[in-house]
Formats: sequence, C-alpha cells, structure tokens
Amino acid sequence: MRAEHLESAGQDVGRSCILVSIAGKNVMLDCGMHMGYNDDRRFPDFSYITQNGRLTDFLDCVIISHFHLDHCGALPYFSEMVGYDGPIYMTHPTKAICPILLEDYRKITVDKKGETNFFTSQMIKDCMKKVVAVHLHQTVQVDEELEIKAYYAGHVLGAAMFQIKVGCESVVYTGDYNMTPDRHLGAAWVDKCRPDLLITESTYATTIRDSKRCRERDFLKKVHETVERGGKVQGPLPHIYCSQQILNISHFFYRERMNLKAPIYFSTGLTEKANHYYKLFITWTNQKIRKTFVQRNMFEFKHIKAFDRAFADNPGPMVVFATPGMLHAGQSLQIFRKWAGNEKNMVIMPGYCVQGTVGHKILSGQRKLEMEGRQILEVKMQVEYMSFSAHADAKGIMQLIRQAEPRNVLLVHGEAKKMEFLRQKIEQEFHVSCFMPANGETTTILTNPCIPVDISLGLLKRETAIGPVPDAKKPKLMHGSLLMKDNSFRLVSPEQALKELGLAEHQLRFTCRVHIQDPRKEHETGLRVYNHLKGILKDYSVQHLPDGSITVESILIQATAHSEDQGTKVLLVSWTYQDEELGSYLTSLLKKGLPQGTP
Amino acid sequence: STTIMLDCGLDMTSTLNFLPLPLVQSPRLSKLPGWVLKDGSTFLDKTELLDLSTVDVILISNYHCMMALPYITEYTGFTGTVYATEPTVQIGRLLMEELVNSIERVPKAQSASMWKNKEVQRLLPAPLKDAVEVSMWRKCYTMPEVNSALSKIQLVGYSQKIELFGAVQVTPLSSGYALGSSNWIIQSHYEKVSYVSGSSLLTTHPQPMDQAALKNSDVLILTGLTQIPTANPDGMVGEFCSNLAMTVRNGGNVLVPCYPSGVIYDLLECLYQYIDSAGLSNVPFYFISPVANSSLEFSQIFAEWLCHNKQTKVYLPEPPFPHAELIQTNKLKHYPSIHGDFSNDFKQPCVVFTGHPSLRFGDVVHFMELWGKSSLNTVIFTEPDFSYLDALAPYQPLAMKCVYCPIDTRLNFIQVSKLLKEVQPLHVVCPEQYTQPPPTQSHRTDLMVDCQPPAMSYRRAEVLTLPYKRRYEKIEIMPDLADSLVPLEIKPGISLATVSAVLHTKDNKHVLQPPQPPASKKRKRVSDDVPECKSLKPLLSGSIPVDQFVQTLEKHGFSDVKVEDTAKGHIVLLQEAETLIQLEEDSTHIICDNDEPLRVKLRDLVLKFLQKF
Repeated sequence: MRAEHLESAGQDVGRSCILVSIAGKNVMLDCGMHMGYNDDRRFPDFSYITQNGRLTDFLDCVIISHFHLDHCGALPYFSEMVGYDGPIYMTHPTKAICPILLEDYRKITVDKKGETNFFTSQMIKDCMKKVVAVHLHQTVQVDEELEIKAYYAGHVLGAAMFQIKVGCESVVYTGDYNMTPDRHLGAAWVDKCRPDLLITESTYATTIRDSKRCRERDFLKKVHETVERGGKVQGPLPHIYCSQQILNISHFFYRERMNLKAPIYFSTGLTEKANHYYKLFITWTNQKIRKTFVQRNMFEFKHIKAFDRAFADNPGPMVVFATPGMLHAGQSLQIFRKWAGNEKNMVIMPGYCVQGTVGHKILSGQRKLEMEGRQILEVKMQVEYMSFSAHADAKGIMQLIRQAEPRNVLLVHGEAKKMEFLRQKIEQEFHVSCFMPANGETTTILTNPCIPVDISLGLLKRETAIGPVPDAKKPKLMHGSLLMKDNSFRLVSPEQALKELGLAEHQLRFTCRVHIQDPRKEHETGLRVYNHLKGILKDYSVQHLPDGSITVESILIQATAHSEDQGTKVLLVSWTYQDEELGSYLTSLLKKGLPQGTP
Repeated sequence: STTIMLDCGLDMTSTLNFLPLPLVQSPRLSKLPGWVLKDGSTFLDKTELLDLSTVDVILISNYHCMMALPYITEYTGFTGTVYATEPTVQIGRLLMEELVNSIERVPKAQSASMWKNKEVQRLLPAPLKDAVEVSMWRKCYTMPEVNSALSKIQLVGYSQKIELFGAVQVTPLSSGYALGSSNWIIQSHYEKVSYVSGSSLLTTHPQPMDQAALKNSDVLILTGLTQIPTANPDGMVGEFCSNLAMTVRNGGNVLVPCYPSGVIYDLLECLYQYIDSAGLSNVPFYFISPVANSSLEFSQIFAEWLCHNKQTKVYLPEPPFPHAELIQTNKLKHYPSIHGDFSNDFKQPCVVFTGHPSLRFGDVVHFMELWGKSSLNTVIFTEPDFSYLDALAPYQPLAMKCVYCPIDTRLNFIQVSKLLKEVQPLHVVCPEQYTQPPPTQSHRTDLMVDCQPPAMSYRRAEVLTLPYKRRYEKIEIMPDLADSLVPLEIKPGISLATVSAVLHTKDNKHVLQPPQPPASKKRKRVSDDVPECKSLKPLLSGSIPVDQFVQTLEKHGFSDVKVEDTAKGHIVLLQEAETLIQLEEDSTHIICDNDEPLRVKLRDLVLKFLQKF
C-alpha cells in the first residue's frame, strides 16, 4: 500500500490531495486548491500521477471529504481540464454546496481579477455530473473489489470520513473532522474498523482547545468593546459553515444578552443559500437541532440585515460579516481596505489563513501591506484571531485513533513541528508506526493481508468436532487441501480434493515382522500382547478380535508362529501411512518384548 | 459455533415472518371492537409466535411495519437490537404519536375485559365472536412506551452492511414504497435471503426500488403486496381529483381519511398541479392531525431518501415537495386538532385531510358526524388497508357520497412476476394468500404469485424451514502460513497445496495460523513417548512405475532387487533384507522385518512417487 501526497499536500494547510494505492487500486483523496497562489502552483501537479496515459485509466475513483475549497477547489480543473471521467464520490450536502463555492471562487478569480486559464461555469456543471452522492454508512461498491464507506466527520455540513477497502486491506481518510459536538454539528465517529492505515488531518496537532463557550464569550466581549467605543467590527467569514455559527452566536448573545443596538450586517447571497441548505440537510446537524427543528428554525434570524456595499461608509458602529475568510478577494477585502486605517475598528480573523493571503499577512503581524498596483495599505485597526473552525485537536485525534484502532497512522494537513510532537505521542501511546510525509513524498506501508479462502463446512465441522477434549481455548490442528483454480481458493478435506480431481487414493501400507520370544501358543501370545498394549495405550481403542488378532485404532497386529523356532513368535504389525506415527511407535514398543508377568 | 450461526439465521427469518403480522392484523382487529364501542377502541392485537426474548434482531421495513414495536420491546423481555432507517423511525414516531393522541384524548371511564373470556366471547355478535386470540389484544401503548421503544432502534442507511455476531450481514435496500422504506438482504458468505416487503416500482416520492442488489438470492421472502391488485394507482389519483373537484364545485365538502404521511404527499402534489386548472385555487385545504406540521416539515428534510427529481431540487436549493408552496400561499393549512385555531379559520366548502382511515378514532369521526347528513358532501377513501364498507357501517344511514379510490403503490402480481424474472431467486417464500387467487375473485388466476419453482407458502403461526444448505464458509489464512504453502499443479489450471494449521475461531470468524512448534520440553527418546493424539498425515495419490522405482532403489544401494509380475501389478523383492514391496495401481504394501531405518528409507522412496493431499 502506498500513500502519495501530490505536491503541497502534506505538511502545509494549503490544500489536500492524496493518492492512495491499495492492493492494486488507485484512489485520489480530495482535490484541493491552494488559495495563496495565483499561478500554476494553485492546483496540484496531476502530471505526477501518470507520466503518460489517461487519468481515467489510472484512477479507480476520486473521493471528496467536504466542500471546503482546499479540499475540492481543483476538482473541475482536474476532471474537465486535465481530463478525468471516472466516478467522483461525495456526500449529498457536499454535492449540493460544492458547486456554489466553486462558482463563487471562479467569479472572484476570473470575472474580477480577469484571470484566464481557469475553469468555466460549464466545467463546474460538467464536473458535478460525474459526482455520485453517497449516504452515511452506505457501502458503495466502486467495482467488484473496491468498496468505500462514509462516516460522519462533523467539521462542516456534509463532511465525511471515508473508509476505502480492498479485500481485507483498508484505509480510513478523515478529511477534516472534529470530535466534540458544537452548536450545529455532531462529533465525528468511526467504528472499530481496524484499518491498515489511518490518514488523519492534524491542523491543531498540539492545541488542546479551550472550551467552546469560553471562546464564544471572548468573541462577544471583543465585539462589545469595539462597538462601545464607536468602532466598526469586521468578521471575514471563511466558509458558510462558520457564518452560520457566528450568526447564531451573535444573534442569541449579542442582541438578547448584551442588548446593543449597533446594526449587524451580513453579506448577501451566499448565506441565504447556506441557510437553505442547512435546513434541507438538517439530518446532518446535531441531535438538538434535529429534534427541535419543527418548532424552531435555528437558521432564521430576525435581527440580522443584508449588507450593501454602500453601508461600509456609514458613520457609527456596526458589525459586518462578509466572505471570503482569508481576505484574499471579494467583499471582505473591500471592507477591510476601507476600515483598516482606523485604530478604533477591529477585524476578527475566524480561521486559519493560507500563506500569501492578506489574512495571513496581518495575522503574522505585518502592518504595511502592498496591495495591487503597488499601493501600500497601513493597517491600524485591531487584529484578533478567533478560531471557530471545527477541527479535531490533539486530544480529538488521539480519540479517533483509539476508536478506529489503525495499524499505521499518517499525519497530513498540518505544520511539520506540531506534527512531529503528535507523531511521538501517537507512537508512544498506541505503539503503531506513525508517518508524516513531506509534500510530494510517497509513503509505502507494508500490509500483511490475510488470505480469505472458502472452507468446506464438512471439513470445518470435522475439525471442530474431533479432538480428545472439547476445549474451546485449545487451538486445534487441522489438515486439509487447498485447491486453487482460476483465482478461487477452496480448502477441502483431502478426500474431497481427491474426489473433485477425479483421482484415486493410493494406499501405502506397511507390514512389519516383529520377533518376540514367547514359547506359548499363538493365541496366548496374542492375548498377552493385547493385555500389554491395553495397559500402555490408555487413550486408544485397543481391541482383541475373535480371530485372535489385535487392533489398535486401525492398526492390525497378528501373532504367528515362527517357521523354524518354536520359542519365537512373529508379530505382523500392519498400518497405513496415515497411522505412520502410531505404527512406528508400536513396532518399537513390541520389539522390546513383553514384560515378565504379562498375563 | 457453526450451529449457532444457522440458528441465528433461522431466528431472524422467523422474526421477519413475525413482524408483518401485526401490521396486517392490528388495524383490522383494532377496528372490530369499534363495532360495539363506537369511537375510541383501545385494543390492538399482538401475536405470540415465539418467545420474543430469544429474538436477537428485528429488521423494520417501513413505518407501517413498526406499529407493534412498543409491545415487543416493552412487554416481552426482548433484549435484541432493532434496525430501521431514519425516516422510518421519525415518521413511525409520528404515526404512533397520532394514534396515542387520538386514543388518549377520549378517555373511557372503565374498560371492559370480561368479554375477552372465551365463554363470553362465544355469545357476542358475529365479527367479534370469530376473532382469533382476543385474549392477546392489548390496550394502546402510551407515549413514554413509544419513546422507550424508539430509543432502542439503531439507525441505518441504505446499502449499509451491518454485521451481526460476525456470522450474518444484513443490509437495507430502498424499496420505493415510502420514505425510508427498505427491503433487507440477510446474507452470510454463501447464502443470501432477501426480504421484500412493501415495495413499489412506481415513481412516487421515495427513492426508487433497488432491484439489482436482490439478484442471486437463494431465498426471496415476498410480502406486503398491494391490497387491491385490480386498481391502477394513477387512474385512482385521477378519479380522486375529479371527484374532489366535482364536489367542491357543487358547494360540498370533501373528507379524505388518511394517514399523516405517505400517499398524502403525492395527493397534495397532484392537487398542487391540478387546482389551478380546475379552478379550485380558492378552496381551502385543511390537514388536521396532531402531527400534521411535523409530517409536512419532516418530508422536506429527507432529501437523500427521495427520488432523483426531488433530490435535484434540493441542490438548487428548493424544498423537494411542492406542499411548501401550498402552505406559503395559504392554500394548505394544517392544525393539530379541530379545537383552537381551526374553528376560527374554518371555511366551507373545503377539503379536509385527517385520520384515522379506519374511521374509528381521530378527528375524522367528528367530520363524519358533521357532514354525513348532506348529500352535497363526499368522503373519498384512499388508504387501501381498510374495507370502506366496514369502515362506514357504524355511520349508516349516510346521505353523503362515498367514493372509493384506493391508492396502493405496492407491487401487483404482474410487477411481481416481472421482478422475479429479473431477480431470479432460487426459491420464493410468501404468505399463503398470495399463492391462490383472492377468495372474492377465484377465477382471476392472474392474481397470484406465479413462479418456478412454485412459491413456498406460510400460514400464520407456521414455522417454515428454508430450503438451502450451506456447504462452505470463509476462513482466513494468516500471511506467514500462506508463505509456507507449496502449491503443486495437479491438473492444468488447478493447483493444490496441503495445509496443516491451527484453527482459531473467535466471534464466528475462523483463522488458520501456522502450527506451533512442539513445546520445548526436554526431549525423551522418541520411542518412549506414546504419541499424544492422532497426528494427521495427508492422503496419497498417484501410481508408482515399477521400472523407475527399481532404478531408484538401485541408486540408493539396493543391489539385489528382483521383480515379479502378479495379476494386479508387481512384487519387488529385496532378497537380502527379506523385504517385499507389492506395487499395485492404487496401493503399495511394504512388508519387512522390524528394521525401522530400512522401513523409513523405503517409505521415503515410495513417497517421492506420490502426491500428498
């Protein structure tokens, strides 16, 4: 089994794209784009997969874990521009939301920035036609050998972890996930499927995050203070998922508890749709929302108004949430440019920012930004970081490993230093090997697959039935013949194997002459031999037949007179090859003669 | 351990046989006491077929088939697991809630149970006198019991493979009949039983029936066919609409007794398309049920369980069912009961959808009393589970028009034979009544299950042994053992390796491991040890060509080899060693003095010519 990271996928939260080769099947996990780049480096280097030849022939399927662009952003490029016609699997909500985000991003890049060599709307549509939607826990048979199964991952609406299985080899790919249920979503869950390899994200590899409530209170306090002093608050929204979350918090706490009158605006379009999707895919949210949705819709907000571009210049405090989250384009960037110069204002960065984006620059402390056209923007506003994106922290990652019991762990989607720390922890606690490949690096993991064969019930029953003591714990030795024909393996009893092959058994029989000193009559000698053996072989069935011969199991012993010597009797011991050990033992036993006093 | 597995398989099939029974019978029987007790009958039937505490697993196929669940989980000592899909559970809960609600709000001062005594029952009027096992009839369950029962259900998704005790795998498949309705596949590695219950090939709102996965079944259990094989659902819908329009145009009201979920979604969708063209846009539609709102809301959130068309709507995003629009435009209004808001909004003429279709409880009783006297009004029966004449009997004489448009989308007999041809199960098992034409139409031989070999039928309380025999089971060979095997090509394309290994069995999974080397206790002389138990030697096959054998012997230092021909073969004599080897086609016999090294040497030479099995 090999796991290859396409360029820039491993130790970097840029984009995800992993190629797994398992038992001869090739599966691509996620197809993300890097939003910090504006050139070719934005998409993974797919020529790496097959130097020549079509992707469709090489890949058995593509799996998308969730709708974030760093996991699905390169999909139309990959399927329509590079060319892939095989199946693409994702969950229903992902299939619904993914094309909207793609289209949104395309608009920013192409229509606003005027870039060419980017996928078109039609390509997004064509690409989505290749998508097969999967249910949670549904076992999808990609072909006869390859099957995949989705597990709930939390993180965002419709996010899933996937199990990829060929024969008895399997991989679990987590995508992004969170292990603690939050306001909207439940916690990720996977059964004890004991995969050969668990590929897990490690965005928050070292953090043990403080409680969700604390972070929410913090967030509201900051907003409160800024608005009090007449400042404007900007919250760039990374994903529609986060928008829901922030909206919710703002709505319930800000309006109702802190009682502030500053208007809250929300960038239009995206969020209304997001609202709708949340409602229609409510089965993917957490228990509480699902139970109460008939009485109360969590996603309808009375106090929040739609944002208009002109509002940004209004005087007085306000709170505006707009996309995108990394301030790399669109409405949030426009607002940021207008407000950045005033120290009263505040921007709250709600999630991880990719290198190269404005968001990343201001978070890393840069206060003078070079904008397009060599213009310098001085940032005086407060910059705060508030993580709302629901990733698993170190504790959560360990918890998932405990759930799944993998034989190997591979860390991706994180920063090298933090991953190293986590790697050591995992190896210490679980005693499994843990890998953290660099971008573009290939990790090969040796699996030790069991070979499944068919065993005839007759043989299995025989083997479980015989044995001196029926002891369930004691392992039983079994003997059978493995028939191999056209890739089918059947373990049958030797008799059946012979019969099926149309062969006759060849009987190999031995008869040994054992000379013993005994002057008595033959039948008396026979009786003595019988008594002697009976005394020694307590576990065996020893019988004295009417014709004077003796059997030990299926071994036959006859006493005959010696032709020349009256004082010597010849014992004929006869056995088949199957009784070889016992027969050999008997001859050596009898050779020692009969002990004195044997009746 | 294998025996347990078979038992387990049989257990489950008897569970399956059991489950549909309360479905068919509880509504029918619960109706019977209604003859005497007027509205608010509180007795349901429960059948004891087997000790339910021994049942490990219950598989539920659709929400109508789980109405007896609280009786099983709450009263029988059942400790197993129940499997069902999410829509089945949610809508099943709504159906139960409606049932409990409509029965509990008409509390009766006293309940009679004397009549259940066999002696008393004998004296009662006709239908009650003949009812079977009335002593098993129970009072309706309560909401806490429903909640407790439902909490025991494990949610599953279509095509999810669920392992039971490592021995059996069960998988629900879409059956196309209702939201979340499923057929089940019960399979081990070598046999496959399909349980087809309440399936539909028509395109209505649910996901279409998954037929492909039913292929290659050893046994197919067929139940839940249409109750009215002669009616065409499409035609009935048309008739429904035209009757409704006619009544309303004449100033009358329309009453539709129905369940709160299921066909009502399709009816509303048809009406949505129909009302404008029929000029009915001003006629109010009322949906009255304690769960009306929940039912309408729930229908919109199970997009993944809907047919393709409705799924694509969700991607737009739009609500999958058009009744959302009917509600928005105030054409459809829903109320928990006739009390409260409804009495203020109530306008006539109107169309009322309400339960229960048996006309024995629920708000429908009120409307029957209210509208029954006017011939302007119409009651339209759409649910096929009840005889509409029986349902109407207590309300006679009745002036209102009665129209019977049963809409049953489940399989009819033509579809069944098509399905069976497509799926080709080895055996078909179905209830007895499907194997003969309906008693009222005995000449219609087309109205029965027709397949080859003929279907095996079962009756109530009958145990059927399913006709299959297992011959193989899966076993895993550990990689290091596999490495040690030496396959030999016996015939072209067929190789063989002899395996001696240790068998481990855990959780019904078998694994073969390499044999352990003998424990390293101090070795005594081999001959002193009584061999512990029979160690298995392989069987041999092949024949020994005498010339080559003699050559081999000579090569190994036997110089005085003499060969004699016999009738069946040859005798090879080693004169000095006084040893005689009889070679025949299928046997070799070595007769020698007690010279163990010599015997072993000869044995090994012979074995070189033979193949081991």
